Amino acid sequence: MGRYVLRRLLQMVPVLLGTTFLIYVMVWAVPGDPFAGKCGERACPDAYITEMRERFNLDDPVIVQYGKYMLNLLSGDFGETSSGVQVIDRIADTFPVTLRLALVALVIEAVIGITAGIVSGLRNRGFLDSLVLVSTLFLISIPVFVTGSVIQLVFGIQWGVIPPTVSSKATFGELIVPGFVLASLSMAYVARLTRSSIAENRRADYVRTALAKGLPQRRVVGVHLLRNSLIPVITFLGTDLGSFLGGAIVTEGIFNVPGVGGLIFRSIQTKEGALVTGLVTLLVLAYLVMTLLVDLLYAVLDPRIRYE
Amino acid sequence: MSDPSVAAAGAALTAGAADQVTAAEHAGPSGGGAGQPDKPRGLFSDAWVELRHRPLFWISALVILLVVVMAAFPQLFTSADPTFGDLSRSRQGPSAQAWFGYDNQGYDIYARVIYGARASIVVGVLATVGAVLLGSTFGILAGYFGGWLDAILSRGADVFAGLPFVLGSIVILTTLNAEGGAGPVRIVAQVVLSIMALSWPVSMRIMRSAAITAKQQDYVKAARGLGASPRRIILRHLLPNCLAPVLVYSTIALGAFIGLEATLSYLGVGLRQPVVSWGVMINAAKDYIRVAPHALLFPAGFLTVTVLAFVMLGDAVREALDPKLR
Repeated sequence: MGRYVLRRLLQMVPVLLGTTFLIYVMVWAVPGDPFAGKCGERACPDAYITEMRERFNLDDPVIVQYGKYMLNLLSGDFGETSSGVQVIDRIADTFPVTLRLALVALVIEAVIGITAGIVSGLRNRGFLDSLVLVSTLFLISIPVFVTGSVIQLVFGIQWGVIPPTVSSKATFGELIVPGFVLASLSMAYVARLTRSSIAENRRADYVRTALAKGLPQRRVVGVHLLRNSLIPVITFLGTDLGSFLGGAIVTEGIFNVPGVGGLIFRSIQTKEGALVTGLVTLLVLAYLVMTLLVDLLYAVLDPRIRYE
Repeated sequence: MSDPSVAAAGAALTAGAADQVTAAEHAGPSGGGAGQPDKPRGLFSDAWVELRHRPLFWISALVILLVVVMAAFPQLFTSADPTFGDLSRSRQGPSAQAWFGYDNQGYDIYARVIYGARASIVVGVLATVGAVLLGSTFGILAGYFGGWLDAILSRGADVFAGLPFVLGSIVILTTLNAEGGAGPVRIVAQVVLSIMALSWPVSMRIMRSAAITAKQQDYVKAARGLGASPRRIILRHLLPNCLAPVLVYSTIALGAFIGLEATLSYLGVGLRQPVVSWGVMINAAKDYIRVAPHALLFPAGFLTVTVLAFVMLGDAVREALDPKLR
């Protein structure tokens, strides 16, 4: 187990380097002046540009720039934006909001998805089963921005049941609707995964044995069937938490959530290279760590799986 | 429920009388195959027989056909000009002249929805073909040869898969868009390229694992023993046997990519004027959603139905191609 973790961690290094290098090159090697429009309605003075090129090492070759940036990153220095704000402060402001949104979405996804999956998986080919299959098809097909806009229009603006946008505090209660929108697609996948997993395990020998020795239906389903069927679902949920952190750009934009997604979208468009590379590095790292944790969790949950 | 009883009946038959078994073997697999009982069917013709009996398949195929005709010959559906805007009719609701109303610029929404099908379909098809071709070529090479080639290609796939999809394509497209003043062809090509660049790892991993499974099979060992070159083994033996999972993925991916194009256009980095697509229309309508919701709902509806058709087709194809699900 220890050797497996070590190998996975070592494999993560080239992936992280490759991804961040890709982003770094794309953000900083864009044709055009990176400091255009940074000094208001006049061209930037030469002294400012020299100072900035010096600070972001823009006169070095790209690979050297990237190397210096990564060395700074390793010592915990995320650098400054072109207006002199510490990148780490901006991240610290927005990251908790995105984390809350991701957690709300995860809970909604897990509760609704697993319930729907269990109900339809236990009643094969019934009315409820068809209902779940059809509604998951629709959820998979509707793009997130359509779900978000329509929910905002109908419930927020026309009926006035919910606040159409989130306030700057972004409490858990306010994030329920955005969380639901964010979770809508994965909810459908969770339901389908649970359904097929349960349908498959229902015919397994251990379920037949449990029924044959006279255990009540509730115990067979709740203890024997569910515990084994939910293993793939839990791993799916784990990877999803990683992708929620980086993939909430659309949802955060619609509901005006002050999180990482909105920040990253704005900084890409205003060419705040230091902010973009710093955020992407963090998000990719979070995603990779989540995948590793999920793989380890898999071995804990299912003793049949052994990592050498 | 039916599977065990059929198997039991088959077992009883085998135990009972040998001549009956040979008779059954000669009759070929029953159920569905009413055509030529003597001809053995492969995986794909088997899947086709299965597909023909599914209403879901026919419904989705019909919708897809309709959208493709719409993309190829938009003049058949409307005589209005999608690029003619008249501000005096800005944001008017649906009426007899314009079934879906007019948007903020006074464009006829019905005409634009019809003409918008082309860009969405072209992006979806090109991105799927590109990503699947690139991914499966890498995947089958990595799976067959293994070793350092596999290590390099797999780590490369990890790099691109590690980037969140929307985030990565925004960065790529912002970089590509930086020059500005691009024509319609270049705008479409940029979106196709960025979707391809971020999605090839999926088909690569599918193909790689299929190739690894297939290369341990006896027929591949036999071919190698007979002196077949790697090129021949890959093209004649591995490829036909690894095609099914990639095919299933590409059907579902086609729908997903159409939705992704719309998402990118919605964010303002994907397609844009002068290209007309559903995502471009939704992007233009989102700022006026309170006063003219119809300008957003009609293109969104067309988008959803098209994606739904491809996802349903993918579902049907997967169930037909995967013997375990039957």
